[in-house]
Amino acid sequence: MSPAPEGRAPDWRPTAPLENLRRRAELLTATRDFFARRGVLEVETPLLAHAPVPDLHLDSFEVTTGLGESLWLQTSPEYAMKRLLAASSGPIFQLSKAFRQGEAGRRHNPEFTLLEWYRPGFDHHALMDEMDAYLAAALPEIEPAERRTYTEAFEDAVGLDPHEATVGDLAAAGRAEALDAPDDLDRDGWLHLLLAQVVEPQLGRVDGDALRPTYLYDFPASQAALARIRTDPGRPPVAERFEVFVEGVELANGFHELTDAGEQRQRFEHELEARRAAGKSQVPLDERFLAALGAGLPDCAGVALGFDRLTMLAVGSDEITEVIAFPTARA
Amino acid sequence: MSTYSTNDFRGGLKIMLDGDPYNMMESEFVKPGKGQAFYKVRIRNLKNGRVLDKTFRSGETVEAADVHETSMQYLYSDGTTWHFMNPATYEQMEADETAMADASQWIKEQDVCQVTLWNNQPLTVTPPNFVELAVTQTDPGVRGDTSSGGTKPATLETGAVVKVPLFISEGEVLKIDTRTGEYVSRA
Repeated sequence: MSPAPEGRAPDWRPTAPLENLRRRAELLTATRDFFARRGVLEVETPLLAHAPVPDLHLDSFEVTTGLGESLWLQTSPEYAMKRLLAASSGPIFQLSKAFRQGEAGRRHNPEFTLLEWYRPGFDHHALMDEMDAYLAAALPEIEPAERRTYTEAFEDAVGLDPHEATVGDLAAAGRAEALDAPDDLDRDGWLHLLLAQVVEPQLGRVDGDALRPTYLYDFPASQAALARIRTDPGRPPVAERFEVFVEGVELANGFHELTDAGEQRQRFEHELEARRAAGKSQVPLDERFLAALGAGLPDCAGVALGFDRLTMLAVGSDEITEVIAFPTARA
Repeated sequence: MSTYSTNDFRGGLKIMLDGDPYNMMESEFVKPGKGQAFYKVRIRNLKNGRVLDKTFRSGETVEAADVHETSMQYLYSDGTTWHFMNPATYEQMEADETAMADASQWIKEQDVCQVTLWNNQPLTVTPPNFVELAVTQTDPGVRGDTSSGGTKPATLETGAVVKVPLFISEGEVLKIDTRTGEYVSRA
């Protein structure tokens, strides 16, 4: 046995109080009970995958296998779960670890826990109804959410139509809010920054003792990710996507899922092009996922919820390190 | 020239921005799940003390400021320049009025100060938290006079004026807290 290095003893204790870890365990049980009662099947999919997500803003951990190939730690179980759906699994849920490089902060840990579930036959509105029921089962003090379109919330908080405003309009609004951002920030960059810094803090505010979440839905089409895009007559196209905010914190992100394999491949190519332009690594596309879409993904909606953040809400904490026994800095 | 990436951001980091050195007071990572990552930082200009908020895109780099603190002994002043010596290396340095700011009214020769160096030049000088200085002028205290809250002004040997209790007389040595500029006790 090698002697311990000189100096202070290493921090071996958990950063989370044990009572928070007990609350976390209760939430895991409540989650499994909730989906069992509703006939949603618990599944497990690989953490190590042959292809990472190509999203410009998500960086996967690449790992060596000792078998002469690289694999990637998943950033969410989305592709694998959709392969199960395409194989006629019916409704499914998963509690799994996910990994994202460079994401560390008060509400981020590079290794975190996602609750993700899919509902064939649901659209994003039906899934928001189920989200209300799930949150009520998990957090006794929570009320049904208020629902607002991205456009309404953005107009209220920023005073601009997010579909029509130019990058110059957005930058001027940002600077008026004392957001001093890089000069070459693009339109979507400004939308992200304004949403995160100006709109979100006002969403899902505490109303007396009650927690009242806000569901923001129908996002700009440029931020569709894996959601389908809808065009209503006389309106700009919107992505059928929703996000859940509680006390200004992003808790979950859901889609009325894109099922068109051709369009999915185009979006992937677009992300790869954006990665190239940003000087980021090129990554292989998940051909098994694309093949599953080609074979037929049922019409469905799905959502991923940050389980650590849910636990933070349950225990009233503002630090992710208070709900994870050993965050990455102490792993 | 060394640089820091946004991954290095944390409280206490010294960075360069528009030619000035800054101390990072706090840094917050901001990222929508599907969106771009930012670091929101609050920084203090080490030259003029101004605080400002700035947003960096994740992955951006900033130049590191060559700023560090060292203990130096105050030697003498010629009125426009204050001379200090590193007691370990005997290296001497000069601080100007801007760097001295309030420090000049508290220190006597031989006092050891905390000097913040930027590119090896004194940027700010912090006097010891407590100094002992003699009273060179104060009016005799009048017992029972409470109209001034029981205090009176006293001029110290360095020229600083502080409020002292009425019983203090000229020639006495007082302990002063330089952070508040307040009388603590007789030395």
